Order: sequence, then C-alpha cells, then structure tokens
Amino acid sequence: MSVELPADAGAQTPEEIADLLGDLVIGREEHLNAPGFVIKPDTVVDALRRLRDQAGFDHLSCVTAEEYEDRYESIYHLTSYDDRTQEVSIIVPADKENPVSQSANEVFRTADWHEREAYDLIGIEYDDHPDLRRILLPETWQGHPLGQSYDQDQPQVVPLREHQNPLLEDQKADNDSETMYLNIGPHHPATHGVLHIKTVLDGEQVVDLEPDIGYLHRCEEQMCQNSTYRYQIMPYPDRWDYISAGLLNEWAYARTAEELADIEVPEYAQIIRTMGAELCRMAAHFLALGTFALDIYGDFTALFMYSIRDREKVQNILEDLTGQRLMFNYFRLGGVVWDLPEPREEFFEKTRDFLDELPTALEEYHDMMTSNEILQVRTVDTGVLPPEVAKSYGATGPVARGSGIDYDVRRDDPYGYYENLDWDVVTEDGCDNFSRLLVRMREVEESAKIVEQCIDLLEDWPEDERNIQSNVPRTIKPDDDTEIYKSVEGAKGELGIYIRSDGTEKPGRFKIRSPCFSNLQTLPEMSNGEYVPDAIASLGSLDIVLGEVDR
Amino acid sequence: MDAQLAGGHAKNGATELMSSDNHQPFVTDSSKVGTDTREARLSGQDNRFNSRLREAFGSSPFILTKFDKFMNWVRGSSMFMLQFGIACCSIEMMHTYAVKHDLDRFGAGVPRASPRQADVIIIPGTIVSKFAPRMKRVYDQMPEPKFVIGMGSCTISGGPFQEGYNVVKGAEEVIPVDIHVPGCPPRPEALIYGVAKLQERIANGESSPVTVKPYELEEFGDLERDEIIDQLAEEIDVDDLVMRYNWGDSP
Repeated sequence: MSVELPADAGAQTPEEIADLLGDLVIGREEHLNAPGFVIKPDTVVDALRRLRDQAGFDHLSCVTAEEYEDRYESIYHLTSYDDRTQEVSIIVPADKENPVSQSANEVFRTADWHEREAYDLIGIEYDDHPDLRRILLPETWQGHPLGQSYDQDQPQVVPLREHQNPLLEDQKADNDSETMYLNIGPHHPATHGVLHIKTVLDGEQVVDLEPDIGYLHRCEEQMCQNSTYRYQIMPYPDRWDYISAGLLNEWAYARTAEELADIEVPEYAQIIRTMGAELCRMAAHFLALGTFALDIYGDFTALFMYSIRDREKVQNILEDLTGQRLMFNYFRLGGVVWDLPEPREEFFEKTRDFLDELPTALEEYHDMMTSNEILQVRTVDTGVLPPEVAKSYGATGPVARGSGIDYDVRRDDPYGYYENLDWDVVTEDGCDNFSRLLVRMREVEESAKIVEQCIDLLEDWPEDERNIQSNVPRTIKPDDDTEIYKSVEGAKGELGIYIRSDGTEKPGRFKIRSPCFSNLQTLPEMSNGEYVPDAIASLGSLDIVLGEVDR
Repeated sequence: MDAQLAGGHAKNGATELMSSDNHQPFVTDSSKVGTDTREARLSGQDNRFNSRLREAFGSSPFILTKFDKFMNWVRGSSMFMLQFGIACCSIEMMHTYAVKHDLDRFGAGVPRASPRQADVIIIPGTIVSKFAPRMKRVYDQMPEPKFVIGMGSCTISGGPFQEGYNVVKGAEEVIPVDIHVPGCPPRPEALIYGVAKLQERIANGESSPVTVKPYELEEFGDLERDEIIDQLAEEIDVDDLVMRYNWGDSP
C-alpha cells in the first residue's frame, strides 16, 4: 500500500478537521491532548483515509478500546510523522449488545494487531478485519478480561498444540515444491524472550512468517487500573521495557499523569530526569548491540561481554542515583524521589569517567561490528523496511529512524529538558538491518552528549534551588471522564499512555502503546523472501522486548 | 565439597599419623597433616599443579567414598544451565553469566540452548497461562536428574502481577522448584548465592520432594467434563495436550 503525500502539511485547527470530516462527525469530545471526533462505526475507513491523505495524519499511534455501561468504544489516536504536536482522536462507539466496528486495517496496517488486541481484551469485533483472532491470550480463552462482565475466577483450558504446516496442502495440489513449517520459539535464544514465530520455509527461504505473541502477557494494564495514581502505578512501568530502560518508561507514565492532574515539575528535577533517562537509553542500546552480535555470530562472543561490561558501568551509576540496578522506581509525580547521591562530586566524577571512556569503547564496537565484514555481509541490504511501509505499521524509534524517518518525540513534542540541550536526532537512509544498528550506536553518542550537558548544569545549579519535587497532594483524583494520550521517546520508540480518569484515585482505563508491539509487526514485511538467518538478524535489529510487546 | 569428601577419606586412613605442628605449604581444614609420603609427593611440584583435592589425596591413589556421594559431588560441581529467558529477571541472569559476576567461577556458567543438554533450569520471570504448558514441556525434555532455581518474586507467588487474570501464581504450580531466590529482580549476587546453595544441596544428596502440581499437562479427553469443557469441545481435539487453570483455587 502506498501513502500519498498530504495535500497540505500545515497545522490543522479543530475546525478545519471538522470541515474535512464533514457529515461523518456525529459528535465532538475534548481530550486533553487532542480534539476528539465521534463517528459512526461503519465510517472508520472513510474518516481515517481523509485524515491521512488530506490532513497529513499519517501515523496511527494507538487504538484504545473500552467497554462502558452503555456502549463499547474504540479510539484511534492519530498524529503525524512530520509534526508530532498535531493530534486528533477519532472515537468510534459500538453497540453494547453487538459491538461491531469497521476495521481500519485498510488505511493503516498497524491497526491489524491493535484491533486484534482490542478484540482479545475488550471484545469489540471489527468488520473486514483480515484475521480477527486472539493475539495476547490463548486461542481457547473464555471471555474478554478487560470487559465489564469478566469473571477472573473462572477456569480456563489452554492447549499445547503441535502446529501443522499451513501451506503444505495447498502447495501439494499445485506443484511439486515442498514447504517446511518451522516453529521458532517460544523458548529459543534468538527470540529475545518468549516469542513464538511461525515460519514457513521453502528450502532456506522464508515464504511466510507470523509472530505469535502473548507468552508474557502479564496484565500490566489491569495492574495499573487497580493501582492509585500517586504511588502504586510507578513501579509497573519499570517492568514493561525491562532492558534497564525503566526511567524512560516511568517518564511515560509521569508525563501523562502530570498533564492529567496538572502537576508542575521543578526544572532541577527535569534535568535529573533527563540525565537518568538518557543513561537508561544507553544501557538499553548496549544490550541491543550485544544481543544483535549474539544473533549474528551465534555465541557468547566478545562483543556480548563488552556490551555487558558497559552496561555494568551504567548500572553502577544508575544504582548510585536511584538505589536499584534494574527496577528503579525513581520518578514521582511532580519530580523524582531523591536528590543526587552525596558526595555529589564523586557521582559527577564517576559519570564523567564513564563518558570519557565511552569514545574508546564505541571505537571498539565499531572495529568489531560495523567494520566487520561478516557482520556487513549479514546485515547490509537484508531486512529492508521502506519508509512508507514503516509508517503504515506505525514503526517508531530506531526502527523508523533506520528507515530515514526523521521522527523523535523528544524533539518533536518536547518534554523534560531536551529542548534546552544541544543534541541531534540520528537517522540513516539504508532501511536495512545495518542502518538500524548504526542508528543505535550513534544514539549512544547523542545520549552521552545529553548526559554531559546535564551534569554540567547540575553541578552549577544554585544550592538553594535544588528542588526535586513540587508540592503534590497525597491523593490524586483527576476530574471525572478526563481523557489524555501522551507519549515519550522510550528506548525502542514512541511509548504512549492513554488514561481515562473516572473521578476516583485509580484510572478508569489505562492503555499502554508499546513501540515494540508496532515495530514487531513489520517483521513479516522484512523477512519474507529472505533466508532464515537473515530473518533472525531482522528480529535482532528490531530490538524488541517481550515485556513491552505483550504487556 | 571436595574437602568434605577427602576429609572422610583422611579420617579413614591416615588420621593417626597427623601431627598439627607440621608446617606445610597447603594447609586446609581437613588435612592439617603432613606425612613423609605426602611431603615427597608435593615437593618438586610447581605450586600451580596443586589443588586442595590433590593435596587431600596425598600420595594415595585411592579414594574411599560412596559412589552416590561421589556422583552428587560431581553433579554439583559441574552444572549445565539451560539458556532460558522469560522476563525481567533474565536480564539480571545474563549479567550473572557475563563479565563481572561470571557464574562460570562456580562451575555453573555454561548455558546450553537445548533442554536436552541441561540439568539446571533457572526460571527467570513471570509465568503466564500461555507459557506454562511450554515451560512444562521444556522441563519435561530435560534429562534426569534435573534441578530448578526459581528466580524472582514472580516464580514464588506471581510477584507484583499476582492479581493478574493471566498470571500463574508461582512456578511451583507447574514444576517442582528446588531453590527460590527472592527479589524483583534479585541482584546477580543473590542468584549466585542461590546457585551455590543448590550446589550444596546437590552435593548433600538433597532434593525437593516430588509432589503433584495443581496444573499438569493432560489430554483434553481425560479432563473431567463440565461447562467449560463442553464449550471447548469443538475447538480442541480429545488427544490435544492441555493445561487446565482453576483460577478460583489459586492462592
């Protein structure tokens, strides 16, 4: 499918969008981040296509589904790759008795999985959806767990099936060629966790590949909906993207909830957050490099050890800062939980030492990885992901930037202290596995630049203005029926959170938009027609983390 | 372990000959002894060829021990771990295998990718309904004797996700667990302590009692028929292996 260039990419006022949608609009809502337009369930494709082609809303960031007392509702959160601050929510109510809504899969390919998830967890059925099956829960699950009438105590039966070759019969009928069905995972070292990939091979080549997820679906949304805003939710984001990217995830929740409850964050705390988040990004990218090398070279090689060595250094710094190696729980709504460790000079010195050694370490990585012929042969021009395909699948983060899409939430929808610092968004035009690797390596350098500037600022910060937390009430109860969708740039891409408050101290609906979930969807596009090891390399280059894919 | 093993031997054999005022280069608890033959054997050897074991053996080419005891000691001293990652804890597990913590120092640092080559499985993370049958299958594929280390709170009780609709409340609902390492996630040091404790248990010949687990893999046709089984009868063949979760009975 192709995405045409928008007729005019300029900023759209809500009135212009209303004009564009015309009589499709049957109601208006106001979300804190964007205007919301209510449309009929059978006009989804029409509305989304108009917005994409004529108003430049070419990024379907997330689909949120929810069951209300009197209706079901799907919300399509649209934004633009060119201008992240342009946002619009398309709200599609569906009948309570017979919740059917049109699928957006025709306009945005990413809607495929998002709608399957909505079907799985909430129970909305999507018309014209190519493959409406459960995605996170086992196929024999009874009931829709985030729906209102779900009984959590009912027994469930989960089969362990030997999977049959889905293509064999068809192929036999036509010609002599034989395909082979290959299960990769769910327990396999190359899947970076518990991912199951159903692969159909023709000789050495992949003809069909389907990621089967849900082996780590641990109900993160339910957990957050059962927890209070003030303290109880914050530990959970650490466990979405658990590759040391905890602070980045915490920031996603902090940003959304702070905007929802109108909480100020002191500038000093923002700098600490920015520094911590970038350290996390470095640690996450180091692991991505190490495991990518592991996928390519196939064993615990030197590179893996090097990346773990550098991660240990970052984790030591983060441990000094937060008290934890992996699950930091360091952010609080309105700031951070405590100030820099004392004596501060020691902390700064330690961090500077790490940054000073980093160029040498990166040189080593380049010597052993990017300038290594074996790796080049394996990665250059394999797993090609053209930019328009990446956009249609809602790819973000290093995956999008490796396809030349200049998109980074840190710059495009600034938060924290990023806009006051000097750094660049890294992009590469190769669209292949090698480009994605390069993007990550160069992003480590950019993160180092940011951390360095933050340290300089923190060192010279006036002693009496070191305010780490604003005055936040003990209990937070945002107004009833306030809705917000906000995102930050996580280690893997755009990590968004949708919260609808219901007037209590717990969220009414808490939806996580995981960058890996969308990125993983591009895997079949990248791998079909490639050799098996290249498919594995592509999977490694996506740098997924299953905790975030499955949530 | 080697000290204990050899200590038993020394007591059987040369105890009477020991004298504590004998100064020799490699003194260990179990062999504060020196005999002429031992002295002769040790002298002239480069130090690095000596070990506590060798020193304890002295000149005797024989070990007197029970075969079982010997096997247990061997098992504990050379454990092949399964390369098995589930969730957050697997990141700390990788750190434990890699530089700095280097689990290989304790004879347990060779992760094997195939369950058929492994004898210890570390369960590093949350087990959910879809994964538990697969984990059980992986466990079943490991050769006997096999040992299980549960890493992190999720494998103890479901941890922070205990109330989730999809989360199995601990690894012990599915497979037997020898050692629980608490933490969310446990630090690498904690995991190493857990591994050392397991080695100790194996060397002493201890193992967890085999109990019937609440969730087993069974053929669908063997399940007791009730409402949910009737509903699913069309979707699942009678000889499909299934795992039935009775969430209401979970802790």
